[in-house]
Amino acid sequence: MTRYAPGGPFDAEKAIPQEIKVKLESHFGLDRPLFDQYLLYLKNLLRGDLGPSFKYSGWEVSELIATAFPVSLTLGVLSLGIALFIGIPAGIMAALRKNTWLDYLPMSLSMAGICLPTFVLGPLLIYIFSTQLGLFPPLGWYGPSDWFLPSFTLGLFYAAYVARLTRAGMLETLQQDYVRTARAKGATPWRVVTRHALRGGLLPVVTYLGPAFAGLVSGSFVIESIFFIPGLGKFFVTAAFNRDYTMVLGTVLFYASLIILLNLLVDLLQAWIDPKARQTR
Amino acid sequence: MSLETSSSLGRDAWLRLRANRMSMISLFILIGIAFVSIFGPALSSYDYDQQNLDRVFESPGKDHIFGTDNLGRDLFARTTYGGRISLAVGLLATVVSLVIGVSYGMFSGYIGGRIDTWMMRAVDVLYALPFTIFVILLMVLFGRNFLLLFIAIGAVEWLTMARITRAQTMNLKKSEFIEAARALGYSHGRILFRHLLPNLIGPIIVYATLTVPAVMLLEAVLSFLGLGIQAPMSSWGSLIKEGAEKMDAAPWLLLFPGIFFCLSLFALNFLGDGLRDALDPKSSKD
Amino acid sequence: MVFEMPSIQNRPRTKIMGNLDIQNLKVSFHTREGIIHAVDGVDLSIKPGEIVGLVGESGSGKSVTCNSVLKLLPVPPARIEKGQIEWSGKDLIDHDEQNMQAIRGKEISMIFQDPMSCLNPYLSVLEQVAEPLVIHGMASLEDARKQASEMLVNVGVQRVVDHPHAYPHEFSGGMRQRAMIAMALVTKPSLLLADEPTTALDVTVQAKVLSILKTLCTDLGVSVLFVSHDLGLVAELADRVVVMYRGKVVEQNHTGSIFSNPQHPYVKALIACRPTLESNPVRLPTVDDFMNPKTGKEEALEKLVAPSLNLDSQETLLQVENLVVEFPTEDGPVRAVDGASLMIRKGSTHGLVGESGSGKTTLGRSILHLAQLMSGSILYQGKPINLDHPDDRSKFRKSMQIIFQDPYASLNPRLTIEQTLLEPMKVHGIGSSRKERIERVINLLEEVGLGEEYLHRYPHEFSGGQRQRICVARALTTEPEFIVCDECVSAMDVSVQAQVLNLLRSLQASRNLTYLFISHDLGVVKFMSDEISVMQNGKIVENGLADDLYRSPKSDYTRKLLNSIPLANRSANFQINRPSV
Repeated sequence: MTRYAPGGPFDAEKAIPQEIKVKLESHFGLDRPLFDQYLLYLKNLLRGDLGPSFKYSGWEVSELIATAFPVSLTLGVLSLGIALFIGIPAGIMAALRKNTWLDYLPMSLSMAGICLPTFVLGPLLIYIFSTQLGLFPPLGWYGPSDWFLPSFTLGLFYAAYVARLTRAGMLETLQQDYVRTARAKGATPWRVVTRHALRGGLLPVVTYLGPAFAGLVSGSFVIESIFFIPGLGKFFVTAAFNRDYTMVLGTVLFYASLIILLNLLVDLLQAWIDPKARQTR
Repeated sequence: MSLETSSSLGRDAWLRLRANRMSMISLFILIGIAFVSIFGPALSSYDYDQQNLDRVFESPGKDHIFGTDNLGRDLFARTTYGGRISLAVGLLATVVSLVIGVSYGMFSGYIGGRIDTWMMRAVDVLYALPFTIFVILLMVLFGRNFLLLFIAIGAVEWLTMARITRAQTMNLKKSEFIEAARALGYSHGRILFRHLLPNLIGPIIVYATLTVPAVMLLEAVLSFLGLGIQAPMSSWGSLIKEGAEKMDAAPWLLLFPGIFFCLSLFALNFLGDGLRDALDPKSSKD
Repeated sequence: MVFEMPSIQNRPRTKIMGNLDIQNLKVSFHTREGIIHAVDGVDLSIKPGEIVGLVGESGSGKSVTCNSVLKLLPVPPARIEKGQIEWSGKDLIDHDEQNMQAIRGKEISMIFQDPMSCLNPYLSVLEQVAEPLVIHGMASLEDARKQASEMLVNVGVQRVVDHPHAYPHEFSGGMRQRAMIAMALVTKPSLLLADEPTTALDVTVQAKVLSILKTLCTDLGVSVLFVSHDLGLVAELADRVVVMYRGKVVEQNHTGSIFSNPQHPYVKALIACRPTLESNPVRLPTVDDFMNPKTGKEEALEKLVAPSLNLDSQETLLQVENLVVEFPTEDGPVRAVDGASLMIRKGSTHGLVGESGSGKTTLGRSILHLAQLMSGSILYQGKPINLDHPDDRSKFRKSMQIIFQDPYASLNPRLTIEQTLLEPMKVHGIGSSRKERIERVINLLEEVGLGEEYLHRYPHEFSGGQRQRICVARALTTEPEFIVCDECVSAMDVSVQAQVLNLLRSLQASRNLTYLFISHDLGVVKFMSDEISVMQNGKIVENGLADDLYRSPKSDYTRKLLNSIPLANRSANFQINRPSV
């Protein structure tokens, strides 16, 4: 599909001598008919071969993914961790202390978190923590000290969202009749929350994890370009700009399988929480 | 579709909304921002793309109240002009997503059965995909153009709308007044548009208010990645990108578009929340 | 009457013999619209081992009273303004949350109305029943499970023995309510608060759950506060009855005396306005009649036994043969109606009675072609119904109408009463001008007991009974001959129910209407119907004249249904001849 787009990978800014272009195109099989190219790609795909990158000469696409993905994975896991560890407790607290400052404060902050886009927050955090305070390095991805700012930037948005979801879910669950039953048994507030309300209250968060994974992938594009992180997102965007077909296709395929896998995990998690879902699946 | 015809429920909701201070403040902020964005470029004595290489990186002052950028362009003109684009993209893409989402959701929910199951499974699948990838691919494929931008965004933002509409339709379809309408021999069209749609308007309004900021955010992300609005045109997203790059030399380049953008999102989200409370069927019952 | 203490020999541990004494309790709700005084000075006491029935219609404050004992009301908006709730010498009003926790579930337990929502769907039933023992440190986890399992077997939930990990959704409503009872009694408390515990259940299930509740509480010596809207039901097990009306106690007496010699006009009305199986007056008395003196004409009608229709002389209006209706579900098709046949005569009321899931509602809807039929035939005036041609369809829709159960959901909240009533006429071309149509609408409103002044109001401004009147008016806009009444009084208090039933009856007489009257309540069906069909599992198990069916039921199921009805609801001259506890 990408192949129909105007322009080619070697129509770069600087004109390449015609004979070199022909040679290059034949090297990558671009001179053959389109249908043949497609068949060849499929055949290689079945063997797990995503083909060579057009732009990074000498690199296979799968090699590039293998190098860049761990970086993005670290970023994603850290961000998600931050999101859940901040978001869930904040949401529970807000729900339990509804209409007090323990509700208003985290919810206002979370509204701010949702409204501050990562590309505003990122530079802002760099300005405060690197330029002014010098606590963290501003750019790059060399060691754990580099991890903090990017994952915080990415995670904060999701923390805000998770907090709101948790609050709504908990409020809904706390109104349920079975929570009243638990209170009628003489359960302490702690027990009512942890044992009876939490599962139902967190179900919306678990359901949201699917789209959240997709969102983290998209978010990584921005974060990696702000902080100059050599992750898969950066490669993908660069590849898209450069019309590096094999790289774009390979990355999209990789992302698709990743998302499918993660959604499977979410389904399993849901089944673990909800006995009804366990039965119908 | 209007609040005048939609009964005293609409009036009640408006009264509740008026009592919500945050929502009313948000509403005024939005009106203010919209006003400045529409008339700002005309009021400013500079054009958004008018360069003046003698006065680059000028901090906010008397001539340029928001300062100038690296090419000496007036930031006030650029910010308000960017506001036009950002708000226009937000509104248009929301309308696109509204039209697709509401009709898809209403159809799916009303028909029910196997068709509904498949239609919703399709939505589930699309939902789990990182839509930025789609939009990026579309942009790469068809080049960057304004029309395509909001069609693309609208086309991915309709999913939630479809889900909400469908869930509401399913609920309402079971309700006895719809069944009564069928027993009275009303046509499907009459049931859909006179009995179902007016009862869906509450959630639709709420969600539309929340879609506008989502769309604006997506547009800004794309502009930030260099896939959205192209220079010398500006949107808040592209201005923020420029500002972030030149943050050290001229922080106001990030500050003003950033404030405008975040304030709009803030106000829209608060307004959406307020509307949700005001239109919530639970609170309006009895 | 002397209340003797039940034997306490076989009780496993000594416990506080609680004495609940509520004095001058006032509870109000502070809402946006204003302050509602839900409970307005209630005095109520329960002696050890006593079963007290608390009866009232919706909004009478009975549930609020019950919930305030354990302080389970949502605060805010609820606020206990005044009064004492004395429990074994201590005033519970002064107790803080922590002290209350020690009492809840240990000394005083509670069961609620809706068994479908009162059990936690994410925890196994056994776990939940064992929980009170664990919370109060009365047993180790292992031991608690064992005790819980025994208690569950006691109430008839055998399934947990083989399936200790069964979750609530695997049980029926009746089984869940039994589990709730087990959960409440597993700690062997002194007092059980039961808030409408059988209201959501079918009559046959209700009878079983009630007998389990009574046996167990008597055995364990638990005193009970049984809250219900159904006076007849309360008579089944209560030693004493307390009747509440608008936040106040209007009468309390021993169960026998309440029925034989009610004092307060409201209590008299409550007993009289419920149709019983034996009597068959033309008109039911209503609460208004008792609160305000009634006219002689109405009194006469209540004494008059409804003339039975000479059914043989009436032509057949509707004939249903071998009807089968299936619904697709995820586990394959479910047969809701399985070969049902019935015949309805012009000008008569045909009652259709059955429990939930019997297919009665589906049968009613499929007659109107609101549900897709698989096979079988429906003949209307001897001809099959043809929906293909628009003219035929319009004729069919005009001549058959339906009234639903929930008057809150039956009206489009976005349309005024005028719009709602005008629309059918516009669609079917009834009336030549708008003016003529509005005239018709006003006449209809007056016919159902409402006035012209309601025309421009929206549904939410009306009470449940008024809304149902509007629904009746809407059904009449097309001048139908045949109306399906689908549980149309089931959601109502008995006093409102009587009004709507009277309205339906008088409309039938003046307009020569034919009804298919669907209900789970045999008493109501009996009052309304000339003929009755009994439905079970999608099949019609018995068909017959209303009086015959009641006097000499042919099928076992009908007999079971009849026997499940509380005695007081069967006969108007109910006498309690039960030895005191």
